[in-house]
Amino acid sequence: MWLAIAGICMFFAAFTSAYIVMESHSSWQDFKLPDMFWFSTAIIIISSFTMHLSVKSFKEHQMMRYKTLITVTALLGLLFLIGQGLGFSNMYSRGITIQWNLSAALIYIIVSAHMLHVLGGVIALFIIFARAYRRHTRTYDPVPVEVVATYWHFVDGLWIYLYIFFLLIK
Amino acid sequence: MSNEMNNPHQEITHPQAVAIPVPTGHETQVAEGHGIHHHEPFITKYIFSQDHKMISKQFLITGIIWATIGGFFSVLFRLQLGFPNDHFMWLHTIFGNWAPNGQFTPEAYYGLVTMHGTIMLFFVLTAGMSGTFANLLIPLQLGARDMASPFMNMLSYWIFFIASVVMFSSLFVSTGPFSGGWTAYPPLSALKDASPGSGTGGDLWLIAVLLFFISQIFAGINYISTILNMRTKGMSMSRMPLTIWGLLVTAILGLLSFPVVITGLVLLFFDKHLGTSFYLNSIYISGHALPNVGGSPILYQHLFWFMGHPEVYIVILPAMGIASEVIAINCRKPIFGYRGMVTAFFAICILAFLVWAHHMFVTGMNPYLGAFFVLLTLLIAVPSAIKVFNWIGTMWKGNIHLSVPCLFVIGFVSAFISGGLTGIWMANSAIDLDIHDTYFIIAHFHLVMGVASILGMCAGVYHWYPKMFGRKMNNTLGYIHFWITLVGAYLIFWPMHYEGLAGMPRRYYDYAAWHTFAPFEGVNTFISVVAIVVFIAQILFLFNFFYSIFKGRKETDPNPWKANTLEWTTPIHPGHGNWIGEIPEVYRWPYDYSKNGIDFIPQNVPLGPEEEIEVAKENQPQPV
Repeated sequence: MWLAIAGICMFFAAFTSAYIVMESHSSWQDFKLPDMFWFSTAIIIISSFTMHLSVKSFKEHQMMRYKTLITVTALLGLLFLIGQGLGFSNMYSRGITIQWNLSAALIYIIVSAHMLHVLGGVIALFIIFARAYRRHTRTYDPVPVEVVATYWHFVDGLWIYLYIFFLLIK
Repeated sequence: MSNEMNNPHQEITHPQAVAIPVPTGHETQVAEGHGIHHHEPFITKYIFSQDHKMISKQFLITGIIWATIGGFFSVLFRLQLGFPNDHFMWLHTIFGNWAPNGQFTPEAYYGLVTMHGTIMLFFVLTAGMSGTFANLLIPLQLGARDMASPFMNMLSYWIFFIASVVMFSSLFVSTGPFSGGWTAYPPLSALKDASPGSGTGGDLWLIAVLLFFISQIFAGINYISTILNMRTKGMSMSRMPLTIWGLLVTAILGLLSFPVVITGLVLLFFDKHLGTSFYLNSIYISGHALPNVGGSPILYQHLFWFMGHPEVYIVILPAMGIASEVIAINCRKPIFGYRGMVTAFFAICILAFLVWAHHMFVTGMNPYLGAFFVLLTLLIAVPSAIKVFNWIGTMWKGNIHLSVPCLFVIGFVSAFISGGLTGIWMANSAIDLDIHDTYFIIAHFHLVMGVASILGMCAGVYHWYPKMFGRKMNNTLGYIHFWITLVGAYLIFWPMHYEGLAGMPRRYYDYAAWHTFAPFEGVNTFISVVAIVVFIAQILFLFNFFYSIFKGRKETDPNPWKANTLEWTTPIHPGHGNWIGEIPEVYRWPYDYSKNGIDFIPQNVPLGPEEEIEVAKENQPQPV
C-alpha cells in the first residue's frame, strides 16, 4: 500500500508541477474557487477522524461501534464526492468551463483525479463494510482495515495538500 | 494454496537436505511435479493462471510476438531507406494502400517507425523483459511460493494483454496507426488533423500506452512487495542474487516514473478531445488559427522524459542483473564486487530521475540549467563503468564456459560499452546541439539500450529455458543466432555513427534531395541488407524456441548450469508452489563458486566447519 501511495504521490506531484509551470504563462487567469470546497474539506477531515476511531474500536473488538463508524466514514466519503461535484457545478454556472482557461482545466482535472482516488477508497470501505455485516465471519485480523485506513488518511492528506496548494499559489 | 502443497508430500525429502552437488533422482521429482497440478482445468492453468511461472511465460511469448512484429516493421522501413528508388510490388500485395506502386507512403513510413519504437521499448523490452524475468525469478530465487498478490499479477498481465490488443488493432485502422514518433510530442499528437495517424490511430495508441503503464505499475508494486516481504529464511537482502537487485531497482524506477507520464498523457487526451490547451498555443492549421492559447508543448516533453529517461534504465537494469548472474555461473567465479554492483544499481536509480532534460537541450532551455543536466548525466558514467569493470573483473582469470547464454552476456557487455561511450559525448550539451536528432543518437541508443537489452534478454531466455519448459534449446542454432545477431548489430549501427556525425537527420523519409548525404546511399543500402539478414537470423531463434517447447531434448538435471541460486533446487517441472515440502533455507550468498576447491556450493547448503571459523574471524572485534 505504501508503494501504491508513492506512485500516486508522483502522479499528483506531476500535476502540481504542471500547474506551477502553466501558472507563469501570460494568458493564465485566476478565478475564485467555489466555497463548496471548504465544506468538503471539513467533511473529509471529519471522515479521517471517524476512520481513525473505527480502527481503534476494531482493535478493541467493539464490533457494533466499528460497524457504525465505518458506515459513517463511507457516507462522509460519498458526501465529500457530492460536495466536490457541487463545487464543479458552481464553477460551471459561473461560466468557468474546461475550455475557459488553463487554470480551470487544471483544477477540473486535478480535483476529479483526486475524486477518483477517493471513490476507490469509498469502494474499499464498502467492501470491508459488507464484510463486517456478513454473518458467520468472526475475524479479528486488523490488517485489511488498517490498509484501508492508511489509504483513507492518505487521500485526505492529499486533498489538504492540493487545496492548500491551490489557495497559496494565487 | 498452502494445503495442496504441504499435505500430500510432507514425508518426501526435499532438495535442501541433499549434500552439495548430488541432485535428487529426477524421475520421482517429475512425477511429483505433475501430481500437484493434476486436477487443474485448462483455463486456470494456461489462460487465467495465477501461477507466477505461467504468467512469466505469457509475458515472454507475448513479448516475442511483439518483437517479431516490431522487428519486421524495422525491416520494412529499412527497405524504404535502403532502396528509396525501388518498387517492391509484393509490398503492395500485402499492405495495399500503405504501399501503392510497391513503395511505402510517407505516412505509412512514419507509422512503421512510430510503431517500431513503441512496440520495442514498451511491449518488448519493458513488459517482455521485466514481466518475464521478474515473474519467473523473484519467487524462485528468493524462495517464495508465489508473488505477494498472485491475483494482481494476473491482472497486470491481462491489462497488458488488452493494451496489446488495442495497439494491434490500431495497425488496421484505415487512416493508419499513430505516426507521430514513439515520444508522441504535441502538437502533432494533440491535433486530430495534424496527420492522418493522429486521428483514430493516435487515440488507440494513447489508450494502449495508458493501459500498458497501469499494468506495469500493478506489476511493479507486486515485485517490490514480494522482494521486501517474501524472502525465505536466511535470505537477507545482502544475500539476494544480483538479478533480484536489478529487478527491484527496475520496479522502483517504474513505480515512480510511470505515474508522471500518465499525467502527461491524460493532459494530452484532454487537449485532443475536450478542447483544453495544455500543450497548444497559437497554432495554424491549413491557414486557420486554432482557438487554443496559453499552453506549452515543452511541458509535455518534461513530463514525458521524466518517465522516458528512467524508462531506458527500466529496459537495461534487468539485463544487467541477468548478465551478472549468468557471467558468474559461466566463469565459475564469484561475481566481482557484489556490493559495488548493488551500490551502482542505486546510484543509477537516483541519477535516472535527475537527467531527463538532457533529451531537451535543443528546446531552448537556459544553458546554465543545461549545465546541471550535463554534469548529472556525465555522473551516470561512473556507476555504469563500475558495472562494466566488475563484469570484466569476473571474467578475468575465470574458467570461462562459452555456453550460449555466456556468449550473449559477453555480447551484452560489448554492446553496452560501445553504446555507452558515445553517451558520454552526447551528454555534453555543446556536442548534443550538433548531433541532436541525427543518426548518431539512433546508433547510440540502439547499441546501449536496444541491442544490449535484447542480448541480455536472449541470455536470460537461453539460461532459464530449462527451468521454464523442462527442455533444452538447440545449442548449434543458439550459436548461429548469437554470431549473426552480434556481428549484424554492429554492422547495422556502427555506420550510423558516421552518418550522424555528418549531420544526417533521423526520421527522414527520403534523403535524395540533399547532395550532402548522397555519399551515404551505399551505406544505407548496406545497413538495410544486414538488417534483413539479422531479422532472418531471429527466425532461427523463434524456431528453436517454439520447437523446443514441444520437441526439445528433455532436461534431466535439475541444476544444468551447476548454479547456486534457489530456482535450481526445485523439481524440473515445479508445481504451483515451487517446492515440494518446505521451502529451503538460505545460509550463504549466491556466488560461492570455486570456493575452497569446491566447484559450487548452493545457497541452501549450511556453512561447513572451516567456513564457520572464517565467519567467526571476520566478526571478531578488530583491535583499535
